[in-house]
Amino acid sequence: MRLEPRQTIPMWMVLSAPVMAIITALVVCAGLVMWAGEPVLQAYWLLFKGAVGTRFALTETLTRATPMILTGLAAAVAFRAKLWNIGGEGQFYVGALMATWLGSGMVVLPPWLMIPFLLITGALAGGFLLLVPAILKNKLKVDEVVTTLLLNFIVLLFVNFLLEGPLKDPMSMGWPQSASIIDEGVLPGIVSKSRLHLGFFIAMGAAVIVWAIMRFTVWGYEIRAVGFNAAAAAFSGIGVKRTVVLTALLSGGLAGIAGVGEVAGTKGYLTLDLSPGFGYAGIAVAMLAALHPLAVIASALFLAGIYVGADSMSRAINVPTYIADVIVATCVLSVLVSLMLTRFRVRLR
Amino acid sequence: MKQILNLSGISKRFGDLVANDAISLTLGEGEVLALLGENGAGKTTLMNILFGHYMADEGYVEVFGERLPPGQPEAALEAGIGMVHQHFSLADNLSVLENVTLGTESLWSWRQDVKSARTKLATLSKDFGLVVDPDARVVDLSVGERQRVEILKALYREAKILILDEPTAVLTPQESDKLFDTLRSLIDKGMSIIFISHKLHEILKVSDRIAVLRRGKVVAETDTANADRASLAEAMVGRTIHDPKGTPMSPGDTVFELSDVSITADQGLGALNNVNLALRKHEILGLAGVSGNGQQALAALISGQTKPDLGVMTLFGEVLNNPTPASMVHAGIGRIPEDRNSVGVIGEMTVRENMISESRRDRPQSRFGLFDAAAITKRSDQLIEKYDIRCQGAEEETRLLSGGNVQKLILARVLDANPAIILANQPVRGLDVGAIAYVHGKLLEARERGAGILLISEDLDELLALSDRIAVIYHGRLSQPMDTANVTARDIGLIMSGQTEAA
Repeated sequence: MRLEPRQTIPMWMVLSAPVMAIITALVVCAGLVMWAGEPVLQAYWLLFKGAVGTRFALTETLTRATPMILTGLAAAVAFRAKLWNIGGEGQFYVGALMATWLGSGMVVLPPWLMIPFLLITGALAGGFLLLVPAILKNKLKVDEVVTTLLLNFIVLLFVNFLLEGPLKDPMSMGWPQSASIIDEGVLPGIVSKSRLHLGFFIAMGAAVIVWAIMRFTVWGYEIRAVGFNAAAAAFSGIGVKRTVVLTALLSGGLAGIAGVGEVAGTKGYLTLDLSPGFGYAGIAVAMLAALHPLAVIASALFLAGIYVGADSMSRAINVPTYIADVIVATCVLSVLVSLMLTRFRVRLR
Repeated sequence: MKQILNLSGISKRFGDLVANDAISLTLGEGEVLALLGENGAGKTTLMNILFGHYMADEGYVEVFGERLPPGQPEAALEAGIGMVHQHFSLADNLSVLENVTLGTESLWSWRQDVKSARTKLATLSKDFGLVVDPDARVVDLSVGERQRVEILKALYREAKILILDEPTAVLTPQESDKLFDTLRSLIDKGMSIIFISHKLHEILKVSDRIAVLRRGKVVAETDTANADRASLAEAMVGRTIHDPKGTPMSPGDTVFELSDVSITADQGLGALNNVNLALRKHEILGLAGVSGNGQQALAALISGQTKPDLGVMTLFGEVLNNPTPASMVHAGIGRIPEDRNSVGVIGEMTVRENMISESRRDRPQSRFGLFDAAAITKRSDQLIEKYDIRCQGAEEETRLLSGGNVQKLILARVLDANPAIILANQPVRGLDVGAIAYVHGKLLEARERGAGILLISEDLDELLALSDRIAVIYHGRLSQPMDTANVTARDIGLIMSGQTEAA
């Protein structure tokens, strides 16, 4: 068996690849549902209903998708430049931490200034966190996969320390959580009686902006050029190291904004379980979207739906919510395989 | 003459491409068969089928009357076929003896029989006049010596048929002559040889019979005694090609200068020692040399990819401080890189995107970091037209273009900026004859317009045909440039191998 590169890749194939991957994943996971002894179709129907079947389900899915769009964009932008940022989780938390520190009373501004202020400072925090691995990569060729991944744990432990100490809310009756974001800094809700907040529109806007940057600007051109072929990019006069640094700021900044949104929009205060792995989920989102910024929206909505739907399904029948993790993981694997199949043709000799 | 090798009706397809189309060839005992053809004519595919690296879709191979099982390199070795590839397959850190015996000994034997291996190698060296020190490490050998080791490897495995793929590509003329002597002595001892090349004069010199391949087919087969250069060239290309000739011009002022420039070997590009070079308007300065003698460092320097450790570079009398690729482009230096596919263009990006890779920050391509799509499209469409780039359109991915068209794209990008000097590093390597004539014509046009061109090449014929002056680089030192009219390939070859200093 051999793989032959295709000369041209038809559009329908590019578009159908993720669809086929999702179907494959659902078929594979049907086996697990059967193993749990429950009817497959009913389980998937309950999952679907739990994700989009009611007004509440839908707003929950959109709420869940909000940080995933942003961390998905963070991964998509970085991976485009072949900067392997696995540290979305850490950048998410420093963004959240910055918003908590500045937003729970230290700075008081009117809402129209306070919200942009928190978003920008959170983005800066996330961006500067990723700057450390980026500079180590530029100067000393340190593998950023290792450094970004390990920084996640450092940040998480640091947040833990702060929540047990300096940032601990004295009114929290001993729980490790911070004081609440002041009212001026809270992202307003956009659907009544739901948790959906302004962050959703911010995330959608970010996707459009990132898409426009990649498509219409010299900067986006340079990011893509460096990712495709750093040697050729350098030869044509692109500052490869400079591009890596700027990409790091953009990528880390997007993940940082995700953290701000969760603190100032969804939860209102900082805890250690603010993120159920949004940073890591962003990698899956970006992969499923084939790194396309607009496809990241669809991809995040889909994966968020799986998570929210699986929660609801597991309350109705005897299939654990962990099925969501398996579905997502299988989806990503099958997307990688199907993307490869769009680029190559399999020949049995 | 006894027929010892018979290729019968070999066809091989890769997707839509027919690499070999019902090729039948024979080789007689004690014969040198030359296989002539352009890049992509199917020579290498055919030899890979013969050697068992590929399986033919149709047809078969017979050696000494026996069918060779397809797809088994071991069987080909066993039958007595030896191959010397264009890029040697030697382990640099092992000795000659170790390289020769590598892979011939059973994994299960307790000890190596070094002594008898040494005796066998010594006998072979003596019998065939292939002198190399068996204990020298390959890394310390010259290219010519390494080739001898490759031939010895085949002889050690008792090859009766030797295939040489473009054996002279890396040799100086003197080393080539030596190789031809060796081949003669191999023939005298009963070997048979297939000699693959696209250099006509060599083939006429060394072979008994010539087969010409074009687009996967044998288009001509003739005894060398009856062959002539012109008809072979036409058979190879399929049409008559007129080599572009430059009109005589008197060179103008010096535009670009290197003064006492040195680069240490630490940069990993090879060293340059005290190089002085002056490039004048309206001239092509050819740079000859066996690869690995400092060309890489010199090219990197002029491309802005590295800085001189000592000495200065000047353009129009101004010192180029802190050169970068971007600053060199802006100063008016056009750069045609050696590796066009992985340095010259980004294969995954479109023709249009590659067209503006050096001018992306200039108006009208972009303003304040925003691209002007209309301006870029207009410009790239114009250049595709003007430089006759064959592609599906500006939106096609560049990796799908042929080598000649990729080079035209790079030429379009470089020449459209009207550079004052041009660095052309191996600009026609691997191109077909038509594309070579096109690239040479464009370089000559640029010279007429007033550009000073530094042409780096390993092909002396190319340098002699195009250059006004030729300098030779050897071990990081540059010879005095010589007027092309007053030198021969032999003179240059002597300097290339370090045997004489330039006057």
